Amino acid sequence: MILTNFNYFANLIRYFSEGLGWGTGGEILGYIIVAAIYLAFFALAGLFLVYLERRVAAFFQLRLGPNRVGPWGLFQTIADALKLLTKELIGTDRKDKLLYHSAYYIVIIAALLSLSVIPFGHGFAAFDVNIGVFFISAVSSVGVLSILFGGWGSNNKYALIGGMRSGLQMISYELSAGLALLTIVLMAGTLQMSEIVLQQQTGWFIWRGHIPALIAFFIFIVAGTAESNRVPFDLPEGEAELGAGYHTEYSGMGFAWFFLAEFINMFIISAMGVTLFLGGWLSPWGITENLGAQWFWDLFWFFLKVFLMIFLMMWFRWTFPRVRIDQLLTLEWKYLLPIGLINIVLMAILVYFNLVF
Amino acid sequence: MSYIGDILGGIKTLFTGMKVTGGYFFPNIISRKYVITRQYPDEPAIVFERFKGEVVMWHNENNEHRCTGCQACEIACPNGSIEIIWDRVLNPETGKKVKVIDKHIYHLGMCTMCNLCIQACPTNAIMWSTNFHNSTYDRSKLTKVLNKPGSKLMAGVEE
Amino acid sequence: MEQIILNTAELKSQEYFLNMGPQHPATHGVLRLILTMDGEIVKNIEPDLGYIHRSIEKQCEYEGYKQIIHLTDRMDYLSAHINNEAVALAIEKGLEIEVPERVKVIRTLMGELTRIASHLLWWGVMGMDVGALTTFMYAFRDREMINDIMEETCGARLTMSYSTPGGVMFDLHPNFQKRVKAFIPHLRKVIPQYHELLTGNVIFQKRMNGVGKLSYEDAISLGATGPVARGSGVTSDVRKFAPYSALDRVNFKEIIYNEGDNMARYNVRMDEMLESLNIIEQLIDNIPDDGIQAKTKALIKLPKGEYLQRVETARGDLGVYIISDGKKNPYRVKFRSPGFSNLNTLIEIGKGHLIADLVAIISTLDFVVPDIDR
Repeated sequence: MILTNFNYFANLIRYFSEGLGWGTGGEILGYIIVAAIYLAFFALAGLFLVYLERRVAAFFQLRLGPNRVGPWGLFQTIADALKLLTKELIGTDRKDKLLYHSAYYIVIIAALLSLSVIPFGHGFAAFDVNIGVFFISAVSSVGVLSILFGGWGSNNKYALIGGMRSGLQMISYELSAGLALLTIVLMAGTLQMSEIVLQQQTGWFIWRGHIPALIAFFIFIVAGTAESNRVPFDLPEGEAELGAGYHTEYSGMGFAWFFLAEFINMFIISAMGVTLFLGGWLSPWGITENLGAQWFWDLFWFFLKVFLMIFLMMWFRWTFPRVRIDQLLTLEWKYLLPIGLINIVLMAILVYFNLVF
Repeated sequence: MSYIGDILGGIKTLFTGMKVTGGYFFPNIISRKYVITRQYPDEPAIVFERFKGEVVMWHNENNEHRCTGCQACEIACPNGSIEIIWDRVLNPETGKKVKVIDKHIYHLGMCTMCNLCIQACPTNAIMWSTNFHNSTYDRSKLTKVLNKPGSKLMAGVEE
Repeated sequence: MEQIILNTAELKSQEYFLNMGPQHPATHGVLRLILTMDGEIVKNIEPDLGYIHRSIEKQCEYEGYKQIIHLTDRMDYLSAHINNEAVALAIEKGLEIEVPERVKVIRTLMGELTRIASHLLWWGVMGMDVGALTTFMYAFRDREMINDIMEETCGARLTMSYSTPGGVMFDLHPNFQKRVKAFIPHLRKVIPQYHELLTGNVIFQKRMNGVGKLSYEDAISLGATGPVARGSGVTSDVRKFAPYSALDRVNFKEIIYNEGDNMARYNVRMDEMLESLNIIEQLIDNIPDDGIQAKTKALIKLPKGEYLQRVETARGDLGVYIISDGKKNPYRVKFRSPGFSNLNTLIEIGKGHLIADLVAIISTLDFVVPDIDR
């Protein structure tokens, strides 16, 4: 069954502006409602991911995680958020006020913007532009700025070292991540995220574009882990070395924003990987296509795949040691980038001669 | 082509590492097989019988103890965690003056659990107890009097 | 009008001071290092000690000989039992008494178990410093088994005060042999897993190979001892050239690696754990049965003179030097701590590395800062 594209959120906005006849005011009301839905999702996803990280970490380390606050400890993050809300906001003495305080807002803005393009299900992408992949790559660069602001504005040498390391790391790995995504775009022929998912109805891209897509997937996992500052690439917040890196001098809500944003970045990287390589919200071999309530099954498959990729990234975190800064740059510029470029040429040749499945 | 060989060799070691942690993770999810922690307040702590928790004085059912006030433990203690307040009274039976203890003060806050006082005691009056729930909010509660009020020396205990 | 800089030789960058202060997640204790840095490369290291100085040596002058044992527990708390043994052996040398054979075997067994526990904790913390955060919990799982063995016999898990001049405080618990015999195969099973998890990992190897080279001549001239010296090729195991307690009747190899970098020191400690298991296996079966305390007076007074005893703790060569003038308190007690000399080597080998390397080097040198400032 070939599915066509439609958009629930656009329908919602159109309902308010044209269906009820409220014109521009209705449109703005629709935008606000969509934004509120996304903020709610952002908060819930952040809370759940923090809880998941703590439980998964605990099981790797031969212990149980939080299991007292609420059933199975599900309300633990809410308790943590309440604690962080009531903490005193201390900063350093002569910090740069504008940079220091705007750092944690910018990182949230970047995360929310990226979240709006991702197709959660059939018709569930709020801002479904026809340059979706390009938009996400561009917006995640804005997140780099926030780390540099935090590092410099804290007036602390440790934070500065962390911020500088992170700036280097993120701009290097964006190249590799972008090249890996471009490989798939070559096969799909479009940059629009929902179209890419719909094109995978005959088979997921990781299977259809055999060798180059597999290599691109590995490169994307490595580059994505580096983009979201997770071990083995978490030098900016190298815990054993620098205290806490760029967010050393933040306390209370500022730290909570950085912390949440790291998990949402991880979610976004996994969601992009799932959308472009693993078939988005499509079920494998179409097994649930003929049951009713398709919106539920779409969301279910999407979140299942995303959580599997997130679990993989967590597995990396709790197994591998950290790389050093010069080894990180060697890995990127001498290994990942050349392989990525050769991969694109290989994929282009395969697509031209129709050798993909 | 050692370039490709390096990459593939490196990836193989990464997978071996992941296999070790995965081997602990999945049985833990299913049946908590390798979990080594205990849910402490709900399950009691496992303490062995020789554990040096704090020093207590033995009393029998009639509230009698065996401490003769010889001050051997006070001399043996390295940092003065034991103070004995004693007095000489006339023993009516033998007519001699003997030492009787008024209070055996034990500073739990200063004790380093070195076991020298219990080794030095000639009558086995003091012994270890495995109680470790000694934290308080008030430091004066850590100065304990070991002999219970109203107790006296058991008959037949000689120095 | 700004000047356009045409070549980088004109760019002046400034060296700055970074304070790896007393409170830091990676220096194993309260050690303050003042680093002079250029970018991210360390140019000079200056350690600032004394944050945990508790004047143990001075306190020993006011206490009797039986009472200085409990102070030595708190010096290098990870090899507490070996410290106790050192002081007890020094006092016994002075009194010239012969301890029963059972005491010698018990002391050696407990010493080797303590060495394994110390190396396990070192491995766990090494993984944590380098970034692999699960190694800590795995090491502590094994260390708990040793702690249980210690608790059953000695009554305490970390600061045991178990040896006294002339013997040991308590006799072995009946479960001791059973527990140790259950522990040995468990450790032999998990150490290959640890090699798979951390040692073989390509990221770890790249961070350890070739980093922090200590040459053979430097190791001798700076006074390095223990696994630090053995990783550079220097044969310096006190258990071999001056054996004490029951160590003269067991067969074990001395582990020497020649490269002198981080990986060599790491390998020395991992192999030492297996050698300690061999020693325990040789001694656990026939423990002689002739009493646990030799006869000493209640108040010990050493005759006038100077007495030295060297032992091999998990960190290296600990020396206990007692000067006595016939009274009931020693005149002077001096502890020659292995950590203090190994800290000298840090100043040499840390130069020219990045901060991340510095953390790894500090971790392989295995300091316990209370050992450095007694």
